Amino acid sequence: MNTLGPYADTYRAWRKLKSAAMMGATVIATLLTLVPLFLVLSYLVRQGVSGINWVFFTRLPRPVGEVGGGMGNAVVGTLELVGLASVLAVAVGIGTGLYLSEPGRNSAAANAVRFAADVLMGVPSIVVGIFAYAVVVRPMGGFSALAGAFALATMMTPLVARTAEEALKLVPAELRESALALGIPRWRTSLSVVARTAARGIATGVLLALARIAGETAPLLFTAFGNQYWSTSLKQPIAALTVQVYTYAISPFEDWHRQAWAGALVLTAMVLLAEALVRLLSGRGLRVPR
Amino acid sequence: MAKMRLMRLSAYFGRTRALKEINLDIPESNVTAVIGPSGCGKSTLVRCLNRMHEAVKDARVEGEVLLDGENIYAPGVDPAQIRRRVGMVFQKPAPFPTMSIEDNVAAGLKLNGLGRSRAERAEIVERSLRRAALWDEVKDELGKPGTSLSGGQQQRLCIARALAVEPEVLLMDEPCSALDPISTAHIEELVLELKSQYTIVIVTHNMQQAARVSDFTAFLLGGILIEFSDTKQIFTNPEQQETEDYITGRFG
Repeated sequence: MNTLGPYADTYRAWRKLKSAAMMGATVIATLLTLVPLFLVLSYLVRQGVSGINWVFFTRLPRPVGEVGGGMGNAVVGTLELVGLASVLAVAVGIGTGLYLSEPGRNSAAANAVRFAADVLMGVPSIVVGIFAYAVVVRPMGGFSALAGAFALATMMTPLVARTAEEALKLVPAELRESALALGIPRWRTSLSVVARTAARGIATGVLLALARIAGETAPLLFTAFGNQYWSTSLKQPIAALTVQVYTYAISPFEDWHRQAWAGALVLTAMVLLAEALVRLLSGRGLRVPR
Repeated sequence: MAKMRLMRLSAYFGRTRALKEINLDIPESNVTAVIGPSGCGKSTLVRCLNRMHEAVKDARVEGEVLLDGENIYAPGVDPAQIRRRVGMVFQKPAPFPTMSIEDNVAAGLKLNGLGRSRAERAEIVERSLRRAALWDEVKDELGKPGTSLSGGQQQRLCIARALAVEPEVLLMDEPCSALDPISTAHIEELVLELKSQYTIVIVTHNMQQAARVSDFTAFLLGGILIEFSDTKQIFTNPEQQETEDYITGRFG
């Protein structure tokens, strides 16, 4: 019962072979991508988990030569820096994204802003640090949490703006038109209909930007500077996990190495946690405040 | 009596003129159908009636459109205000995906800041859904997302949403072209019911539909209003040769 001619079976076997080969190639490529991730994570957990305990989260670093102490100030410092940077960057970034996708669209001004944002995304982070040093640290007369947050926000804003723009552009034009046709003013349409519809995409963009800056060290080196004590004011230098990990990792002390691994693990866990949290929220339809 | 009056209305997209000096009276509490081949300016015409035309980049309008004798293009007139009086239903049903059925209907009230109490709003939602002949199908699931409804139901939801702001005129831009015949019949019945309270302008590609639901028909060709008269007149004894050619299917 072979209606396709005498070679149909051979042909089919050959096709199946090709299909299997291609399938195999994609599986191998996927594994090659995932293996380093799991290697890094498992190594990190193995090295870091022994350093994680209550003391690590609650105590200050001990002076050089003394064993013990923790990174409590750096954990809090990272949360403060990233939180403050996010507040700045999310507000400005989403505003910029709305401008780029809504009234701006194809205007010359919007194209200029878009180009500037793309360039800013490519600026090396150390340069962003120098920029923050020049415009915040020098005028304020010293290193501070504010300067660190400013540097991080400078990196985060263009990321948020561009991803927000892309998310907003995906909202079908019919929705915008329907809202306008109900007599809803343009700004209200943008915020309550378009932005709300795009909230999930925007949240994902914010999250990616957050994860990106949480791991930055270079922009903090001469802005937040680091601090061996609890920082009580945003105008003081502040500790950050990344800076602390860097300092401890290049030290010659065994105990500091252990703590550096623990710090790296905590930082990674924080980013993963933030990611999981936003996924959970956006799955339930995260809403932009009305 | 004319609810709306178009006076030498021309509409442009950049340099292209899509409508050429249209003069047309839209009679109150009647259904006016706008027919013509694709690209003749039907949609542009209705979009000029609630100032939606200018929402497109580089689009502009010349001439006047009177609503109850007042020019909606006069300086100082707020387009949003006009759009609340002249509602619109589009070709593709587009319920707001983040909102429930109830919130979709109430969207125009809420987002326009037309402060109403919760009870009043619930009343308006029910009345609008009843008018759109959707109430019985959705009354037990008002909290479900608007996008969970079928296509025909979604379109009636969009009609309810437009009615909730209590417009005087309802523009329908090919409201059935994305719907199956049963849903289309629903919408057509609805149009006939609504015309006692609203002035309706319906754009359609379907000439049987125009004949079934409308009292007056305007035939457009290449941005020019070729003929406007009684629907019966247009379909049985048109004055212009082009009209006859179009309705007998010789082109378009």
